[in-house]
Amino acid sequence: MTDTDRQEALSRYRIKIQPGRILIWTLLFIGGIVMITPLLFMFSTSLKPASDVYDLRLIPAHPTLSNYVAVLTSTGFVRWFFNSMLVAVSVTCSNVFFDSLVGYTLAKFRFRGRRFIFLAILSTLMIPTEMLVIPWYLMSANFGWLDTYWGIMFPGMMTGFGTFLMRQFFEGVPDDFMEAARVDGMNEFVIWWKIAMPLVAPALSALAIFTFLGNWTAFFWPLIVTTSSELYTLPVGLSSFAVEAAIQWEMIMTGAALATIPTLLVFLLFQRYIVRGVMLAGVKG
Amino acid sequence: MPSTVQTSKGAAQGRPEGGGFTDRFSMRTKRLFWVWTFLALPVLFYSVIRFYPTIDAFRLSLTDWNLMNKPKFIGFENYAKLFSDPKFWQVFRNTFAYLILGTPISLLISFTVAFALDRIRFGHSFIRALYFLPFLTTAAAMAWVWRWFYQPAPIGVINDLLSSFGLMQQPFLRSTSQALPSIMVTAIWAGLGFQIIIFMAGLRAIPSTFYEAARIDGLGEWAILKKITLPLLKPTTIFLVVMSSIGFLRIFDQVYNMTTNDPGGPLGSTKPLVLMIYQSAFSSYQMGYAAAQTVVLFLILLAISLLQLWILRDKK
Repeated sequence: MTDTDRQEALSRYRIKIQPGRILIWTLLFIGGIVMITPLLFMFSTSLKPASDVYDLRLIPAHPTLSNYVAVLTSTGFVRWFFNSMLVAVSVTCSNVFFDSLVGYTLAKFRFRGRRFIFLAILSTLMIPTEMLVIPWYLMSANFGWLDTYWGIMFPGMMTGFGTFLMRQFFEGVPDDFMEAARVDGMNEFVIWWKIAMPLVAPALSALAIFTFLGNWTAFFWPLIVTTSSELYTLPVGLSSFAVEAAIQWEMIMTGAALATIPTLLVFLLFQRYIVRGVMLAGVKG
Repeated sequence: MPSTVQTSKGAAQGRPEGGGFTDRFSMRTKRLFWVWTFLALPVLFYSVIRFYPTIDAFRLSLTDWNLMNKPKFIGFENYAKLFSDPKFWQVFRNTFAYLILGTPISLLISFTVAFALDRIRFGHSFIRALYFLPFLTTAAAMAWVWRWFYQPAPIGVINDLLSSFGLMQQPFLRSTSQALPSIMVTAIWAGLGFQIIIFMAGLRAIPSTFYEAARIDGLGEWAILKKITLPLLKPTTIFLVVMSSIGFLRIFDQVYNMTTNDPGGPLGSTKPLVLMIYQSAFSSYQMGYAAAQTVVLFLILLAISLLQLWILRDKK
C-alpha cells in the first residue's frame, strides 16, 4: 500500500489530469480486464450447475459449490494437491539451501578450481531439460525411482540459475562481516547460515518464489516419471482428469480453478515481494 | 574428486602444529576443507544429474534402441532418418512458427503495456496485477480453459461472442490453419505478465535526467521514445527476445493439453519439437531416435544463446 501512497504523492506535483492520460488509463484497464477474462470465466463456470454451463453470463444464475465437492471427493485431487505441495516445497527448500551455499562458496572463497566449477555450473544453463529427460528416465528405471516422489524431485534439487543468482548477490556482501565472525571463532558453516544468508534475504525470496512456481506448474517431467494416479502432481492429475471428464466443462473448470487458487492467494498476500522478486531475478539473472 | 580427500588430509595435518606461520597456513587449509565440504554434494549432483546425462543423450542419439533390444551403435543414422523425414520438417516449421509469430507479437504488446503502465499512477499496482496474474497460472490448467473458449458456438465463449455480433463462426482448434495461432495466443497470454514486469524494471532504470535533457532540447514524445527509451532498453529487449524465443521453442504443455484427442493435431499442424520428442521416446519407445531430436533442439537453443552473447558483445 505504501507503494501506491508514494506514487500518488508523486503524482500530485508531477502530473495534472489530462484527457490523454484518462484515455491511456481506460485502455490499460480494458486490456487488464481482457487479461483476466479467462480466469473470471473459469471461476464463474466452476460455480455453475451442469445445466447452466451454456449460459455464458459471468455471474452464475444458480451459484453452487457442488462441482467443488464432486471434484474434491470423487477424484484424486486432494492427493494430487498434496503431491504438488510436497514436491514444490521440498525442491524449493533444497534450492534455497544448496544454490545459496554454492553461490556463497564461489563468491567468497578463493581456491583452485573455483573458476572451473563456476563455468561448469553456468554451462548447465545451456542444456535444455528436454535433452536430459531420456537419460533421467533410464537412470530412474535403473535405480527404481520411476513413480516415486524422489523421481519427480531429483532433477531440480539444485539449479544453475539459482546458483548464479545467489553468487551475484553474495558478491555484493562486504567481506568484513565474515571476517569479524571468523575472529569470533565461528565456523564457516555458521558464518554462512547466520551472517551471510540474512544479508541476501530479498534474493532468497526471489529464488524461492521462482523455484516454487516452476515446480508447482511443472508438467513435462512429472508426466514422464509418474505412471500411477497416486503419484500425479496437480497439473498431470488435472490433465488426466480433464481427458476423462471430456465435455463436462464445469468439472474441468473447477479442477483448473483448484490448481490456480493457491498461487493467486499467495500472490494477493505477497504481491510486492513477488513483483520485486521477478524484477530482481530477471535483471540479475 | 581427489582434491576433497587431499584438502581434508591437509587440514588434519595442519592442526596439531602451532606457531604464527603454520597457524595462518592451517587457517587456509581449514578454509579449503570447508570449501570442499560445501561443494562435495553439489559437485556430485551436477556430475551425475547434469553432465553425465548430457553426454548420455549424445551417446544415445547414435544408437538404435527401443528399450527391448540391446542399444546398437548406428552412427549418424538417426540424424539422417530425422532430416529425411517430412514429418520432422513439418514439426520444425511449426516450432519456428510459434517463435516467429509469438515473440514479436508478445514483445510488442508487453512493451506497449509497460510503457503506458509506467506513466499511470492511479491504481497502478491494481492494473499491474491484472496483467501479471496469468503468469502465475498453471499452463496445463489454463490450456483447458482456453480450449473451452475455442469450442464451437453454444459452448465456446469466443464463438458465442462472434455470433452475438453476427460474425462468422471460427473453427479454431479444429482447423489446420487456425489451431497453431490459437494455441500460440494461450502461450503469449501466459507470458505477458513476466515481460511487462521486466520491461518496467528496464524503464525505471533509465535515469530521468536523460528525459529532462531531451525535453530541454525540445524533443517530442515520439523522438524521445526512438532516441532514448528504445536504445537504452536494448539489453532488456534482447534478454526478453531470447527468453521468449527459448520459451516458444520449448512449447509443450499448452499443445499437449489443447490437442489431447490427437496430440499435435489436427494433422500434425500444431506439433512442436518437444511433443515429437515425447511421442518418439514415451509412446513409440524409439529412445535413440528421440535422443537425436533432443540434440537438434539443444543445438537450436545453443545457437540462439550464442547469438545473444554476440549481439551483447557487439554493443560494448
